[in-house]
Amino acid sequence: MTEQNPSEDTVSTVTNRVDLPAITWRRVSGKYVVAELLGLVVTAVVLAGATAPLYIIGWDGAPWATLAAVGFVLLFAAFTPRRVQAIGYQLRDDDLVFRRGVLHQRFVAVPYGRMQLIDINRGPLSRVLGLSELRFVTAAASTGVTIPGLPAAEAEELRDALVELAESRRAGL
Amino acid sequence: MTDEGARPAHGRRAAGVPLDRGEPVTELAASLSDGEWHHLHPASPLLKGGIVLIAVIGIVISNLRERFFENLVPGANFRGEDPIELLFREGVFGWALLALLGVLSVLVLGFYISWRLHTFRITEEVVEVRSGVLFRTNRKARLDRIQGINIVRPFFARLFGAARLEVNQAGQDANVRLDYLGSAAADDLRREILRLASGTRAASVSRANGVGPGVGAGPSLGAASIVEQRMHEFLAPELDPDAAEPESVVKLGTGRLIGSILLSGASIFLVVAIAVVIVASVFAPESLIAFFGLIPAVLGVAGFYVQRFMKSLRYSIAGTPDGVRVGFGLLTTSNETLPPGRIHSVKVSQPLLWRAPGWWEIKVNRASQSSTNGAAGQQNTTILPVGNLVDVTRVLALVLPDLLDERLALTGLTGPGAPDDGFTNSPRRARGLRWFSWRRNGFAVTPTAVLLRKGAIWRELVLVPHPRLQSVSVQQGPLLRMLRLAAVRLHTVAGPISAEVGAIDEDAAVELFTLTAEAAVRASGSDTSHRWRSAEGVEYRAAADRAAADRAAADADSHDRTLP
Repeated sequence: MTEQNPSEDTVSTVTNRVDLPAITWRRVSGKYVVAELLGLVVTAVVLAGATAPLYIIGWDGAPWATLAAVGFVLLFAAFTPRRVQAIGYQLRDDDLVFRRGVLHQRFVAVPYGRMQLIDINRGPLSRVLGLSELRFVTAAASTGVTIPGLPAAEAEELRDALVELAESRRAGL
Repeated sequence: MTDEGARPAHGRRAAGVPLDRGEPVTELAASLSDGEWHHLHPASPLLKGGIVLIAVIGIVISNLRERFFENLVPGANFRGEDPIELLFREGVFGWALLALLGVLSVLVLGFYISWRLHTFRITEEVVEVRSGVLFRTNRKARLDRIQGINIVRPFFARLFGAARLEVNQAGQDANVRLDYLGSAAADDLRREILRLASGTRAASVSRANGVGPGVGAGPSLGAASIVEQRMHEFLAPELDPDAAEPESVVKLGTGRLIGSILLSGASIFLVVAIAVVIVASVFAPESLIAFFGLIPAVLGVAGFYVQRFMKSLRYSIAGTPDGVRVGFGLLTTSNETLPPGRIHSVKVSQPLLWRAPGWWEIKVNRASQSSTNGAAGQQNTTILPVGNLVDVTRVLALVLPDLLDERLALTGLTGPGAPDDGFTNSPRRARGLRWFSWRRNGFAVTPTAVLLRKGAIWRELVLVPHPRLQSVSVQQGPLLRMLRLAAVRLHTVAGPISAEVGAIDEDAAVELFTLTAEAAVRASGSDTSHRWRSAEGVEYRAAADRAAADRAAADADSHDRTLP
């Protein structure tokens, strides 16, 4: 169950960072960076649009506000590749491990038997890029595992595999 | 109560009644759980609000009858005369009486139809209820998914010897309600449902001693003995007399209950409010108006006190073969059985003011969130309202039967925290984040559960049994990273408890993550609590299967087997 994706790489172990030993992470598609960036463009436009009333009331600092909004989004965009790179998952023998986050790191382990349902979501942007998002639901609302940016075919394959695994290890609540 | 709501519905035979159902706990339970449709207690529509409706109409008419008739009969003016007198004089009293009878019979007919159409059945797999006249609803609860069975006896229904049975399922208000059943029928039915759900084939409790003048005795009872029986039911302890361990393991004295309520957060609020008002009136005597502002606060807090008190009175908790049974309530009582493995996490906590008397409270996370109004609602997740350490260990032993390393739990509750007290605690560098509790803030993993110990001022211990763990996560933000710390969160079903321990050493956090992730997989694989007694019944079942096979062979030629 471990070696499935040839493009796996291990996270460079920087000191001070939490990391799980002996896990080779499967990464999400690089195209997800594009999807994220396009999303950020939309955010930038919306934020810049939100500063429009400042021009109408004729405030001198209005251009700065717009600039700040766009700059904030740009800053966010600069770290997007790193953020996307930090998303990883692995199907271990009995559970799925998922990680995400650079500044706020989060690792989750979900036993297969605990998965209640698996969603595939595709937004308009991701559909153009051929990406899907896989969402796992357990009985605990706080589990919150969503793997974004999977190629559509891989997502469906993964879902089928996981449903089968969940079925074979089905337990009560 | 002639038939305690146990009438079989006509002509609807459930398809595929299983042949071998084991032995039911009582005859009454057997007749109710035979897989056919049954009606509820005949007084159900009245108890569910019919009486209130009639009473309200009666009060309205008797108080406003002049206005009422004036509006009803256009142009009529009684000029201060009593309408009934007027009716007499005009010679239409008979008609008026007839109209009244008509209205009443429509009401009764409506009640009757709704009662006729409200049926339930209990099979080997499900409890199912159908109800509604115009809009039909049909609800099924799978027996192996039952999260708890609650018997609620609202004050009014208790007077009639009726009770409401709620089969709780996982989810928000996903319960199947049988309202109402006869009191004895509800008790028997609960044990029978639990027996069917437990996966055992053997009758768990034989009711040989014949306690409980159930249904059979009903018709022959005279009026006096019915009253006596009601009194008996009313005063009887909340726990079944013939359940395995009827004795409540915790005695909650009235004194302690009152003390615990007085020492709650509401009291602090009240004291602060009074202090503010006094200070205000000393410095600005003209602002006496503030006293009036205090009145709603006092009333609110008093209401809270009374409510808490009434609901927690006559608290009892005991272990039965089919799980923990918790009872509450003075006038309206509720009494719930939680089968094993239905408690997802447990929190033992101590509010600051309870520290001097050494009291603790125990809450649990459960998969069924019941917002039932009445006694069950608030107490649904509080399993021990107040108790000392002895009570706490007893209750913990009940709710997590195979967990208990008692010493470790006690260390988790009161231990000040030491490097090797069984818990892995926060390192010294976590002082900045856990000012007082860093010595204590930590976790321990036993073969059956995870224990999280937190707080020095508000002390608490969270226990999560491995088989109930849904997933586990470890988090680290920039601040924690600077200090080489991390937080671990154990995900269980939603509830008042969030099992999280923060500011622990990052290597320890990863170790906890790895350990619990493995333990969760192992435990959920071997967990059989959804049919909690299926494991112990294996030999019995094998024998029963063999016997059934023999019988089938013998019966192969004689073809008209009657269904049991």
